[in-house]
Amino acid sequence: MNRFFSLRRLLTLIRKEAIQMRRDRLTFAMMLGVPLMQLMLFGFAINNDPKHLPAALVAADEDKYTRAMVTALEMTGYYNFIYPNASAAEAEHLLASGTVAFVVTVPSDFGTRLERGDNPKILIEADATDPAVASGAVSTLGQVASDAVTRATGQEWDKKTKAAQQVQVVVHKLYNPEGLTQFNIVPGLLGVILQMTMVMMTSMALTRETERGTMENLLSMPVSPLEIMLGKVLPYFGVGAVQVVVVLSASKLIFHVPFMGSLWLLFAGILLFVMALVILGYLISSVVRTQMQAMQVTIFYFLPSILLSGFMFPFRGMPDWAQYLGETLPLTHFLRMIRGVMLKGASFADVSGPLWVLGLFVVIFALAALSRFRRTLD
Amino acid sequence: MAEENAIEVSGLTKRFGDKTVVDHVSLEVKRGEIAGFLGPNGSGKTTTIRLMCGLLTPDEGEGRVLGHDILHEGPTIKREVGYMTQRFSFYEDLTIEENLSFVAGVYQLGRQAVRDTLADLGLTSRRTQLAGSLSGGWKQRLALAACIMHRPQLLMLDEPTAGVDPKARREFWDEIHERAADGLTVLVSTHYMDEAERCHRINYIAYGKLITRGTVPEVVRDAGLSTFVLKGPRLSEAQRLLKGKPGVDQVAPYGTDLHVIGRNRVELERSVTEAASATQSDAKPAETSLEDVFIQLMGEAQDNMA
Ligand SMILES: Nc1ncnc2c1ncn2[C@@H]1O[C@H](COP(=O)(O)OP(=O)(O)OP(=O)(O)O)[C@@H](O)[C@H]1O
Ligand SMILES: [Mg+2]
Repeated sequence: MNRFFSLRRLLTLIRKEAIQMRRDRLTFAMMLGVPLMQLMLFGFAINNDPKHLPAALVAADEDKYTRAMVTALEMTGYYNFIYPNASAAEAEHLLASGTVAFVVTVPSDFGTRLERGDNPKILIEADATDPAVASGAVSTLGQVASDAVTRATGQEWDKKTKAAQQVQVVVHKLYNPEGLTQFNIVPGLLGVILQMTMVMMTSMALTRETERGTMENLLSMPVSPLEIMLGKVLPYFGVGAVQVVVVLSASKLIFHVPFMGSLWLLFAGILLFVMALVILGYLISSVVRTQMQAMQVTIFYFLPSILLSGFMFPFRGMPDWAQYLGETLPLTHFLRMIRGVMLKGASFADVSGPLWVLGLFVVIFALAALSRFRRTLD
Repeated sequence: MAEENAIEVSGLTKRFGDKTVVDHVSLEVKRGEIAGFLGPNGSGKTTTIRLMCGLLTPDEGEGRVLGHDILHEGPTIKREVGYMTQRFSFYEDLTIEENLSFVAGVYQLGRQAVRDTLADLGLTSRRTQLAGSLSGGWKQRLALAACIMHRPQLLMLDEPTAGVDPKARREFWDEIHERAADGLTVLVSTHYMDEAERCHRINYIAYGKLITRGTVPEVVRDAGLSTFVLKGPRLSEAQRLLKGKPGVDQVAPYGTDLHVIGRNRVELERSVTEAASATQSDAKPAETSLEDVFIQLMGEAQDNMA
């Protein structure tokens, strides 16, 4: 009989925890309900692909090219030209006041340049205070413009067609040059959801034993600190796995988030992240005395990590001190990892940095938790 | 392990802040003995028990439990001792059977142990009931059954029969005696005098200090108290008269009797005779009860504290 570790004892602890989890209906519902609700709320409310956005058109000439452009833009479904005939000054005001989300400016020499085959340009100014508004609407513009002009000119002149294909759409995203896309939000949401439920649940799990007085009994039995820690942490691991499957499926099926990289690489990153989280939760529970305190500490930790991790605001847009703070949060590194793998198709080498840091968090938290563990009631 | 004593601790001291809760307590409990642990509320019984089973670290003192050093061999002690907490501390959101299975798993016992324990308790048909929905007395019985399931050599029971009905209490004590005859050592804290009298030896603690120990007759004898019983029609008047008289330490009505207790027999007798003639009562010397001894000890310990 090993004094420090026995699989039978560990399984016994896990089973007990699982039964308790299942009986605690509200908590159990929360563990699965919270991610779904957050996903729906954040995912849909932060609609990054909004349609029929109000727009203004500033055009010097009402020539066929301009008309073709306007029609093509409206055809995309993103633009609704409520001010089809604005002056430059009016347009500026409309954008600043938020009456329109876009101003499309077709310069007076557009037609001439096009016919000369000389790099025609269209300027689109987008209100990017709400970056999600801007990004979807402008992402496909280049193609739209080329097609429109090609159609307007007809196929007869080779030279013109060539020029049409070179129509440059110059997009100025005003007020917020960083711009988050919707695809950025859903993968990030996985990190936020995991962080909230994992840390909170585990931090309350051990505290519950202290609060209900069952800790005295548990400690009087031959269980080792390692077994207690694993017994508390592993069941929540299972819950985390379910959440991961739910969120990833939803991001694919409901939000159509592209998945560029390796699924296994993603899983490895998630595994490290969840491990860091549950052990952090356990660490919190070895410091606080009541479940209420555990909850408060979790929330105290939760807020800055949402704000400083790059989930809400672009990480590189923050002042240095905030970036340093952000670097100390596991969520920051998780976001880099998951965005890299899911959206950019990053390879292991690309995300090895965040992975190492996540691994480091696991080790630090685990050492701290084991050294904090009170084998006695003092 | 040929050691004679199951528990042998000396100078155990525990402080919480600047309050000394256990103050140089030394205890010896022989193997196979049922030792009673008595003392007023807050005297440090629970704390002493926790010190001995490795749940608290003493600030001073040392000792051995079942031959294992309490300072360094906590895990071994935990495996060989059954500790029943004062407050029910099994899982209320688990069923009776799940609780027992949990204990069985932790001590690496087979399924049969759970079935036997359920049968012994007579709880087989209620095994799927949540432990939290059991009555107070049944919770105690479940807790006791759970902590003897792994056949420990030493039981530390912290008020195991609080709230348990007389019949179940009788059964409990019968079982404890049976097991003690087989070599089990038991340290049991209690506030019931009849239970104290069923112990082989008792240890009395007050304000963190061990005041007295020995068999019940020894403790009563060592207290050196004398008792008179008054019978008569005007006992309440006699009670008033006797309070604070020389030699009178305690006056306590027991049904139709009045017990008068004091340390100084000569003065006590004089005061009692006076009061008896004044109220036409009949005074007779009597045996001092254990309870009277404890109340006396409690009062004196308090005086020492001040
Ligand atoms: N963790 C703790 N922190 C501070 N004080 C404590 C702690 N545990 C116990 N005490 C104090 O130690 C004293 C002794 O408590 P203990 O529980 O040992 O008494 P007891 O003899 O078991 O009493 P009872 O008969 O009421 O169960 C009490 O005054 C209590 O307030
Ligand atoms: Mg107590």
